[in-house]
Amino acid sequence: MNYTLHFGQVLQYVPYLVQGAWISFQIAFLAFLGGMVIGLMGATAKMFGGLWLRGLVNAYTAFFMNTPQLVQIYFFFFALPQAGILLGPYEAVLIGMTLNAGAYSAEIQRAGFLSVHKAELEAAETIGFSLLQTVWHVILPHICRVLFPPLSNHYIIMTLGTSMAAIFGVEELTGRAFNVNARTFRSIEIFTVTAGIYVLVTIVASFLLLLLGRWLFRVKGKIF
Amino acid sequence: MPYLSIENLHASYGKTPVLAGIGFSVEKGEIVSLIGPSGSGKSTLLRVLVGLNKPTSGTVSLGGRAIDYTNRRALREARDRFAIVFQQYNLFQNMTALRNVAIAPVKVKGRNAAEVEKEAVTLLEKVGLGDKLNAYPDELSGGQQQRVAIARALALRPDILLLDEVTSALDPELVKEVLDSVSLLAREGMTMLIVSHEMAFVRQVSKKVVFMDEGRMVEIGPPGEILDRPKTGRAREFMAKILRH
Amino acid sequence: MLTAFFEEIPAFFTYYNGLFLLQAAMRTIGLSAIGCVVGFLLGFFWAIVRLLSGKATLPARLASILYVEFFRRVPFLVTLMIVFFACQVLKLGFSVFTVATISVCLIAASYTAEIVRAGFESVPLKQWEAAEVMNFTLAQKLRLIIIPQAWKVILPPAFSFFIAFIKDTALASQIGVIELTYVGKVLNNKGYSASLVFGTILILYFIISYPLARFGARMEKRLALSKH
Repeated sequence: MNYTLHFGQVLQYVPYLVQGAWISFQIAFLAFLGGMVIGLMGATAKMFGGLWLRGLVNAYTAFFMNTPQLVQIYFFFFALPQAGILLGPYEAVLIGMTLNAGAYSAEIQRAGFLSVHKAELEAAETIGFSLLQTVWHVILPHICRVLFPPLSNHYIIMTLGTSMAAIFGVEELTGRAFNVNARTFRSIEIFTVTAGIYVLVTIVASFLLLLLGRWLFRVKGKIF
Repeated sequence: MPYLSIENLHASYGKTPVLAGIGFSVEKGEIVSLIGPSGSGKSTLLRVLVGLNKPTSGTVSLGGRAIDYTNRRALREARDRFAIVFQQYNLFQNMTALRNVAIAPVKVKGRNAAEVEKEAVTLLEKVGLGDKLNAYPDELSGGQQQRVAIARALALRPDILLLDEVTSALDPELVKEVLDSVSLLAREGMTMLIVSHEMAFVRQVSKKVVFMDEGRMVEIGPPGEILDRPKTGRAREFMAKILRH
Repeated sequence: MLTAFFEEIPAFFTYYNGLFLLQAAMRTIGLSAIGCVVGFLLGFFWAIVRLLSGKATLPARLASILYVEFFRRVPFLVTLMIVFFACQVLKLGFSVFTVATISVCLIAASYTAEIVRAGFESVPLKQWEAAEVMNFTLAQKLRLIIIPQAWKVILPPAFSFFIAFIKDTALASQIGVIELTYVGKVLNNKGYSASLVFGTILILYFIISYPLARFGARMEKRLALSKH
């Protein structure tokens, strides 16, 4: 093998890459929030909406959960201009990821809503809670505790999903890795270091989310 | 020479000591019962004997030879001579009663399959389950499952049979059938170490009774003595509570 | 715009294009299937390594844990790049399809290792202990007792993972594997209407993924109910 690994050359680019990680975080965070909002609406619609509304939400979730996020973004990037909507790469990625996240979020939240047991609701009724009190003291805490782990997991998955923004030229972590690769051609080293940054970032994120869950909602979970 | 000899045995779960200096012996053909309050370490003692929990100090000897629980081969040899029946029967859910009984002798001890199967049928008939040979554990009652577990232990032809509260998980009506099976074994001269709460049964079958509390041996003696005339305060307290039923 | 869209349809759905799309779809499914099957075997191996006991096997168990944690936390695109360039440097002469399959396999192994481990742990400890005390070897325990019970817990999530990965294979287009997404880019570059092209690609992915997902859900329900 006449190729020796030269990590030294690559290490000087680490700060550049880490800044890209910050952009990855922004994209994931915004898309996650947007997805949560859509998911909330979708889950509520599935629980309480009429036949047509439910059908619509079902079609939405089925579509976005059974097609690749990359192709969804391609569609928004290349096809929407034909209808007059011009999106920059960052916007296309954000919209694509948000809509995608919305579908998964809707399913997760719906499962969470369904997990509220009738017994809890009846107990609240016998105590004499008004609807608002029942929601605030019984339903919301339960749902938050149940939803926190799957939503955290979903967030981590989305963080990894931001890497496809590189294909559209967005300068998040993977995008910057491609840039550095084009400049130095130290491909294996760069992408390995990039992988390492993703691992680090997701471990830290998982850990922080676990602490957050324990502190906010008393969600149980192993640190390791 | 005692068949099984336990000397100054200590064990812990992490930092908490569970056994603090247990020592007694069991002769061939003898039945020794362990009684005492929950958490006194009785089940742990049986688990240590078969190597499911590691002892921190002390010795366990079979036929005069000490068992080295840290050595894989020695542990295998020791386990070969014990058979244990658990409180929760621990049957293999994916096998019929017959296969549960026959599998270890065939696969582990390498005995002839046809021969083992015949013996398994006999054993299951002996514990009264001759008509349930092809039933799966989830088709059997607790008492029946426990009897399969006993047959399974016997198929291993152990030198010593360990019974860990074998009736504690059963509905009251099912207890008798299991105790009857154990009594049958007792009459046939099986060496046994029994952990139980069934005092009448303990009195009936045991040669020696060991009263344990908080990991220690508090009293040891014949059933009549321990059950009717306990010497120590702890034992008296325990007996009073138990015999109130 | 819409009239142009509909005018294009007959020109788009030619025999040649159709064949092109069909072959690409086969590659998409094949990529996920082969990668996941081989990945499952590797993941199964890692899960068993986790079960070994004794000081001598500690490095192996550590390797298993690190492997799983690593590949679950790296985006597919990055893994793909590492494998691609590694193969290049080692002058292995693999096709891009092989490179992509290897990447799928590496990632699938880490996810299935966790699925299999959960399957093993779903068999109650009591049965493990009973087998242990009766001197069954690890191989015997797995073959006779654990796997016959664990497979029902392992199969549904493993199958869903395979179906989900079909979508991730879209990224293989980036190294030149001629799967569905790549064809989409090609046809788009050829000048066909983007909405028609990508709309069709999306629908094709949906047609592949949705029925399989439904099948997986039905299988899961049936396995949960069945006995032995």
